[in-house]
Amino acid sequence: MRERILQIIEKNSKVGIDEIAIRLGENEIDVANEIKAMEEEGVICGYHTLIDWEKTNIEKVSALIEVTVTPQRGQGFDSIAERIYNYPEVNAVYLISGGYDLLVMLDGKSLKQVASFVSDKLSTLDSVLSTATHFVLKRYKDHGTIIEQNDDREKIMP
Amino acid sequence: MRNPLSDRTVALKPSGIRKFFDVVNEMPDAISLGVGEPDFDTPWHIRDVGIYSLEKGRTFYTSNSGLMELRSEICRYLKRKYDLSYNPKDEVLITVGGSEAIDIALRAMINPGEEVIIPQPSYVSYEPCAILANANPVIINLKNENEFRLTAAELEEAITDKTKVVIMPFPNNPTGAIMERKDLEAVAEVIIKHDLYVISDEIYAELTYSDSGHVSIASIPGMLERTIVINGFSKSYAMTGWRLGFACGPKKIIEQMTKIHQFAIMCAPTTSQYAAIEALRHGDDDVKEMCEAYNQRRRYLLHTFKQMGLPCFEPFGAFYVFPCIKEFGMSSDEFALRLLEEEKVAVVPGTAFGDSGEGFLRISYAYSIESLKEAIGRIESFIGRLREEML
Repeated sequence: MRERILQIIEKNSKVGIDEIAIRLGENEIDVANEIKAMEEEGVICGYHTLIDWEKTNIEKVSALIEVTVTPQRGQGFDSIAERIYNYPEVNAVYLISGGYDLLVMLDGKSLKQVASFVSDKLSTLDSVLSTATHFVLKRYKDHGTIIEQNDDREKIMP
Repeated sequence: MRNPLSDRTVALKPSGIRKFFDVVNEMPDAISLGVGEPDFDTPWHIRDVGIYSLEKGRTFYTSNSGLMELRSEICRYLKRKYDLSYNPKDEVLITVGGSEAIDIALRAMINPGEEVIIPQPSYVSYEPCAILANANPVIINLKNENEFRLTAAELEEAITDKTKVVIMPFPNNPTGAIMERKDLEAVAEVIIKHDLYVISDEIYAELTYSDSGHVSIASIPGMLERTIVINGFSKSYAMTGWRLGFACGPKKIIEQMTKIHQFAIMCAPTTSQYAAIEALRHGDDDVKEMCEAYNQRRRYLLHTFKQMGLPCFEPFGAFYVFPCIKEFGMSSDEFALRLLEEEKVAVVPGTAFGDSGEGFLRISYAYSIESLKEAIGRIESFIGRLREEML
């Protein structure tokens, strides 16, 4: 049942427990218990909203920053990752295989704010060797959702 | 000037679905639960292979029967899914959708005046295709109390010494009815006893929600040699616009069907055939995912009907539910028209699929759960009003 519940709420966390139960042909109480258990176990880590900030008049700038670091003895990348992800403007931090080590995703109010985060906070960390900042110009698809859906299907009746 | 038309063609009744949707098309804000077509786009990896085949310049005719590679994949698929064994060389024909296969199967098998048994409610094209093939269609009116399954007794009663072919439309459009193994065994016994042939339209086979899944009548002992199995890619892989189906059966029949296909069509679209190979090789997960989505909507609709007190047997196939509206004392046509005018929800009257559809509606759940919710809300208030009127 877990997998099927997760499949529904991964795409739409607003679906009610009653509706999930109907759609899966399961008991409402069982579904509620299963969701609660998954929340407690940390399988479900949160319920977020996918926002297209472009459509608001709130200014937002997103950036992806490639960071190369020196791993620390005994701790590997974990402690440097922690120092970075604790900044609230940091949206995501991934350890990456390949040409660099950490991928940091950042949301800022302006280009300037992102730039100053990189130069003042990130680059000055002891174990950071280098950074490369990429600004997001346009979001086509996010979290599995295509942002600008165009449905141009013709209305035909077979 | 002379009348340019064929009397037989003019005498064919136009499709009841089309007539109804001429009204719908005039209403831009109507919600339709009418269309018998998946709401999903064809999975991207399948489209991608179609595009790639164009880029590579694979724009020529294929052999009349279709690409050998595709026929082989179809045979592997039918073996794996339904335990059917066919030789890709001469027992498979790739057609332009399941519709063409129905048409040419009838034309290949029927002599003038021979009878074709058509259980109804069922898809709108069987009867006209039978008439165009010079057959006399004999209708069996399936019953709600049998969950619209075909029984051996009903079949036995419809058989005469002119009967040659029985059409088996399961999983069924419009009722959603399926035939389980035991139902098929009973029917097969009658068919073998009277030495009849079967055209089994299994286009909705993948969309079967019972635990045991779809069973093909051709897999019942003694039936493989007297059955044409028709299937295709439209419903299972959401590929309606690609126009690709297939027919499998005894070499003797497929050979003659191929002849008609060769003269009338030449071959099925090449791009679609390449895309279909990809669908069969790597599309199992897509089918599973879409099937799960349909099943969730099916449960949702049945649940809301129960709450509304609208009687509806539990259909285990296709993507239709077939609720009964007899309590409101009006015809399916009237009900559907009023629902459209008063609440702007389009459903198809059961009578579009045969007289035995009177008193029923076909509601398609090939729509997003959000559209279904909106439409169900409107249907609920419509029924509420009708019940008040009747007090």
